[in-house]
Parts: sequence; structure tokens; C-alpha cells
Amino acid sequence: MSDDVILSAEGLVKHFGSGGGLRGKRRVVQAVDGVTLSVRRGETFAIVGESGCGKSTLARLLMRLLTPTAGAIRFDGRDVTDATGRDLEALRRDMQFIFQDPFSSLNPRMTVGKLVGEPLEVHAPELSRAERRDRVAALLRQVGLRAEHAGRYPHEFSGGQRQRIGIARALACGPKVIIGDEPVSALDVSVQAQVINLLGDLSRDLGLTLVIIAHDLGVIRHMSDRVAVMYLGRIVETGTADAVFSDPRHPYTQALLASIPSPEARLSGRKAMVLGEMPSPSAPPPGCRFHTRCPHAQAVCRTDAPPLSARPEADHAVACHFHDSLAAEARPAAATAQSEAAQARFALYRAATEGGAVTHLHPENQET
Amino acid sequence: MTRSELQAEAAASGVPGSGQAAEILRLDRLSLRFRGQRADVVSDVSLRVSAGEILCIVGESGCGKSVTAMAVMGLLPENATQISSGTLHFDGETVDLRRARLPAHLRGNRIAMIFQEPMTSLNPAFTIGDQIAETVLRHRGGSRAEALDRACEMLEKVGIPSPRQRLREYPHQLSGGMRQRVMIAMALANDPQILIADEPTTALDVTIQAQILDLIRGLRRETGMGTIMITHDLGVVGEIADSVAVMYGGQVVEQGPVADVFDNPQHPYTIGLMSAVPRLDSPGGRLAIVPGTVPTIDAMPEGCRFRTRCAFATPGCARRPALADLGGGHLVACHHAPLETNVSVRA
Ligand SMILES: Nc1ncnc2c1ncn2[C@@H]1O[C@H](COP(=O)(O)OP(=O)(O)OP(=O)(O)O)[C@@H](O)[C@H]1O
Ligand SMILES: Nc1ncnc2c1ncn2[C@@H]1O[C@H](COP(=O)(O)OP(=O)(O)O)[C@@H](O)[C@H]1O
Ligand code: SF4
Ligand code: SF4
Ligand SMILES: [Mg+2]
Ligand SMILES: [Mg+2]
Repeated sequence: MSDDVILSAEGLVKHFGSGGGLRGKRRVVQAVDGVTLSVRRGETFAIVGESGCGKSTLARLLMRLLTPTAGAIRFDGRDVTDATGRDLEALRRDMQFIFQDPFSSLNPRMTVGKLVGEPLEVHAPELSRAERRDRVAALLRQVGLRAEHAGRYPHEFSGGQRQRIGIARALACGPKVIIGDEPVSALDVSVQAQVINLLGDLSRDLGLTLVIIAHDLGVIRHMSDRVAVMYLGRIVETGTADAVFSDPRHPYTQALLASIPSPEARLSGRKAMVLGEMPSPSAPPPGCRFHTRCPHAQAVCRTDAPPLSARPEADHAVACHFHDSLAAEARPAAATAQSEAAQARFALYRAATEGGAVTHLHPENQET
Repeated sequence: MTRSELQAEAAASGVPGSGQAAEILRLDRLSLRFRGQRADVVSDVSLRVSAGEILCIVGESGCGKSVTAMAVMGLLPENATQISSGTLHFDGETVDLRRARLPAHLRGNRIAMIFQEPMTSLNPAFTIGDQIAETVLRHRGGSRAEALDRACEMLEKVGIPSPRQRLREYPHQLSGGMRQRVMIAMALANDPQILIADEPTTALDVTIQAQILDLIRGLRRETGMGTIMITHDLGVVGEIADSVAVMYGGQVVEQGPVADVFDNPQHPYTIGLMSAVPRLDSPGGRLAIVPGTVPTIDAMPEGCRFRTRCAFATPGCARRPALADLGGGHLVACHHAPLETNVSVRA
């Protein structure tokens, strides 16, 4: 992957509830508190962390749907922190959003054709009506829907199909970056796999940059090139997905990975780390924000915030005072005990669902 | 430890699907629909749970998991539900579900349930302590002070810090994970023989989920209660289940000891689900998928309900495949299983 950065944040801060009219102590929610990151052109960058750690807020800041309290955002070589008017409009065209909830994010009174065509009306007013219709049909096909679907309404579609509509809409004006806030979390596994494949195809075929927020670590591992792990408004570990998943160095990342339920975790007899509750973002602990739950915390952790420091190997940084001395926690190896027969079955399944021709060897099973 | 060693250990300790532990609950051939529906939402479902066993029901949303659990509990709306078959054996009672329900005095007592949405089952107007104590008083009697002591003991057991103080708090003052623990404490207050937990960790963060799973596992070891756990997450099944029932469109398509089903899945839907889960150990590439989507209940096909999405379907699949035993209680309902001996695929 190149070093060609398309989107970056520098010391990004978003505090909610500050500067209100009430005198005295109004509680400020430090939703995002000093985030620095850079997303490279063409990569899939994932942001992961527990509920309330500031992922959605960060995504909205990057999109400039929220105004940062402090810090700077650069997009494609420009500082867009204070972009307004025409600049903001251009940014809206280049960066698109996909929402978590395919049910509430589409206007129920608009046809699919109108929903997908709307961004074109705004950003490509030069298109004739017929050109716009053709473009919408092409977009629908691109996301695995049919051109005839343009005349229908969102409620006539399943969750996975609605998510495809949302993706078609996001693609409409040829964005460079798509930010997805939990784009597959609301979907059932079988449909989720279809949408993950679609996003992968699009990023490859169109050279799109994807920023994906998810809480499912399997999804993130599968989709992303690089990862940022957030905790209470800050990035605690970031780097290539390979580095973060195979050599996690922050105790929080280690805890997250150790918590993934799986047969392997059970076989290795791991006990869940007793982490207790996450502190409120309106009263984050001083020093390392993780120290109230960290099994390795020392005195220094309660007073000094550890900086995000680069590890010697390429492209991996960790915000922990002890990232060098903390042993990497290996995940238990996969305990696949599948017989050859079972492996053959999985191979048959994949071949058949990817368009292979199925022959039944015992036709007597087929009689009605 | 390999899976088969794990299984052997489980069998030795008299736990799961090993046929040694005493059966506590058995549901035979439950079929039901809601008024106005053209097909059964739960069709011929049979389940069996022994002492100390954790049975997981797994399947995608709408496949009938919660409805099955509610039918066992006798909580479906009477005038809107048509139960055409089903017998429940529990605690020495045999209940013909077509015309009767589980006796109310067993509910919340010998058999307890944790619901999918914790806020709907906790009353926002009462303190945690009052709500747990109320369940205790209803079934066990005794004084209010005793009931509150029991509530405190239960909160402690489920790992809630400073339980005395928490007794006086209201549900909204707790985090999601704490609320789920309170639900578990309340469900277990009367030492039930069976706990039914409907997606108890779905709304929780993964670190909290791990704690709740550990808690459930510890409690069954301590008390020997049987557990029916509903989930859509195969990881959770692999982590906690002794046995598993895979549901699709209101039917059980495969069922058995978890090691058998995971190492040797037979039904195309089980295989599809397992292949569609993104794995930590094989990043990138394309995931295998289950094509299409689940039909609505009124559009369910006759016979094998999976056949509108199955790559191996033949006209014969319009006949419903019976759940056939492959040995050791591993059951599968597919005309063409095992695939490797019955089909070939040319790429
Ligand atoms: N408009 C707002 N006003 C006040 N507080 C807010 C606002 N938006 C978010 N917050 C708070 O900021 C924190 C971070 O919220 P955010 O929505 O970014 O979390 P998240 O990581 O996306 O969580 P989830 O995984 O639950 O979606 C939370 O404590 C949240 O309650
Ligand atoms: N009270 C009801 N009236 C009509 N249909 C219902 C009712 N409750 C559930 N259903 C339907 O029954 C099916 C199974 O639902 P449910 O058991 O809740 O699924 P899940 O497996 O997600 O728990 C779904 O199609 C659902 O829409
Ligand atoms: S800095 Fe200290 S408290 Fe923070 S993660 Fe590292 S060891 Fe734990
Ligand atoms: S019975 Fe037929 S349709 Fe059903 S799963 Fe088996 S092959 Fe597929
Ligand atoms: Mg969010
Ligand atoms: Mg349910």
C-alpha cells in the first residue's frame, strides 16, 4: 500500500455540552479527545471499540457533519476543517456515508430510483432525465439489484437489499471515500457476507477508499488493511490489520481479542478478563484512560497519559507505557478438527454457490 | 485439548448430549402459527435439555427462536396463537400445548426466562431490589427482609459490585451489561431447573459478553440447571453450547452435540452459515454466501423450506426431509446429505 494519504486527522477533539448557558459545572462529554490518524488512498481502514467510545462521532467529524472543537482534518491535500459553501459541497460529493440502519436511513416515501438519483440531481445537474435514469440503472446493477427495482419503495426490500440501496446512493456521484458506520451490523450472517463481498468488490474495482466502523472483530479482520482501536475518545493502538491482530500490544486490544467467543477460546479454557465497567466519557480517568480496567496498570499510568508511540516494526503504534515489555498475547490456534469429508463438503458448498454446475449422483433421491 | 477430548470430558462429567444426565425438559413436535398466517412459524420442533446442559438454538432473525421459547414458557398471546401440535414434559408434568399451558406457578420459579430486550422486562418505576424481592416473595413466601437478602445474594453472585447499594437503584441507572446481570439474578433467584435466555448478550460489547457467558457457564456448573440459550452468533454457540439446534424458517434443520455439528456439519444451511462468518484466521478474499434472502412466512415453500436458497435442491426437496439420526444424536434434515457422497460440482 502506498503512502498516499487521502484523509487525515490531526489532534481531533469533539466535546459535547460545553459552552452551554448554564453557569457552574456543566458536564462535558469528551466524545473524541485528541485523535490523529491517516487513511491512505484505496485502502480499507477500520475503527473499532466498545459502545460509546466515540467511533460515530469520529466518523461524523471526518465527514464534516460535525464541527470539531479542536484539531484539523485534511482531505486530498486540502485543509477542510473550516470548509464552507462550495468547498463543503465538493467534500460532500467526494465523501459519502453509509448508515448502520438500512430501515430508518432511507426516506420511505421516495422510490428507489429517486433515492439513488437524488445525489445526482444535486451534484450532477447537467445530466438529462434519461441520462440520470440510465445512471441509476447502472448503479443498481452494480450493487446487485435490478434496474426494475427503481420503481419500488424501500419497505418492499429486505434489510440486505436496503443496505445495497444505501450503497448505490452513496456511489451515485462517484465519491473517493465511503465511510460506513456499522454498515453490516444490523444484517444476518448470510446477508452480511453478501454485503461484505459487495463492499470488497467495489473498493477493488473502483479504487474506493473505505473507512469502516464495526464492533465485530471478525468483520474488521476480514475487510480491513489497517485498523485503529479506540477507547474513551482516543486511539490506543493502530497499524496494519496483520500487526494489530497477530501482535496486539495494548492491553485493551488484547482484552478485546481475548473476548471474542469461539470454540477455540473455550478449548483453551480462557477466563474472561474481569474488566469491570467502562468509565463515563464525561469523567474519563486521568493518565492512561484505560488504567481503571487494566490488569497491568502501574502508578505512572494513573498520572501520565501514554503517547501513541511507533513500534520498531513497520506501521504499528501503541499508546501504553509498557507496550515493549508486555508480552504479546497469542490467540489460541484454530482447533479445526474437521474431517476430510467435512472439508470436501465446504468445498462443494463454495463451488456450488459460486456458480458451479451441480450433478446429483444418486438420482433416486430426487423423485417427488 | 481437541474437540473429541472435550466431548469425552463432558460425557465423563455427565453433562451434555452424552445421554447420561437426567432429562429435565423435553418439547415434542411443536407446530404453531399466528392467526391469519398461511404457514406455521414454528414447524415440528423438538428439543431436549438435561441437567447441567447448555442447549443453544441458533438461526437468523425471524426463524422462530423466540416464538419457540415463548411457547415453552406459555407466554404467547392466547387468542392470536394457533398451536396445532406440541407436548411439553417438565418437572413431572406433561402438558399438551394445544389446549393447556405450563402451570403458572412453575414460571419464574422452576423455569425462568431472560428476555431479548432487558428494558422491556425490568420495570423502570421500581428499584432493582424490589423487583428481585418480588419474584422471591411470589414463589417462596417469607418476609420482605429475607427476600431482599436473597436479592442481595443474587446480585453478588452475578458479579455486581456493592450489591447492597445497587438494590436501591433503578434500572436506568445501570449500564446495559449490569442490567443483563440483574435480569440473570432475577431469573435465578428461585433456583430454577431450566433457564431460557433469549439473546442475552446480543446488545452487549464483546468484553461484557465474555463475562456474561462465563457467568452462565459457572452457574450451570454450580447449580446443575439446564439452559436453553438463543443466539444468532455461531461464535457464542461454539464457546458455550453442549448441544445445538440450527433453525431455518421455523424448522430445525440440524441438531446434536456441538462438536459433531461444528466438525461435521451436514445441512447445506449449516454449512452456508459457517462459511459466511468472517474468520480471524483467514482474512481477505470473498466470503462464501447463502444466496438470496429468507422468504416471508406466507411465501415459505412446501417441503424443505431452505430449497429456495439451496444450491443442491432438486424437485424431490418439495417433500419435507425427516430429521435423520447419523448416530450419537446428531440429526440432519436434508435429502442430499452428506453432500460429498451425493453430489459433484464442476466449477
Ligand atoms: N450530540 C451529542 N450530545 C452529547 N453527547 C453525545 C452526542 N453524540 C454522542 N455523544 C456521546 O459521546 C460519546 C461517544 O458517542 P459515539 O456515538 O461516538 O459512540 P460510538 O463509539 O459510536 O458508540 P456505539 O458503538 O454505541 O455506536 C457517548 O458517550 C455519547 O453518549
Ligand atoms: N405475535 C406475533 N404475531 C405474528 N407474527 C409473529 C408474532 N411474533 C412473532 N411473529 C413472527 O414469527 C416469526 C418468528 O419470530 P421470532 O421467533 O421472534 O424470530 P427470532 O428467531 O428472530 O427470535 C417471524 O416471522 C415473526 O415475524
Ligand atoms: S499505560 Fe498502563 S494502564 Fe494504560 S494500558 Fe498501558 S499498562 Fe495499562
Ligand atoms: S433437502 Fe434439498 S433443498 Fe433442503 S437442504 Fe437438502 S438439498 Fe437443499
Ligand atoms: Mg456509533
Ligand atoms: Mg428473537
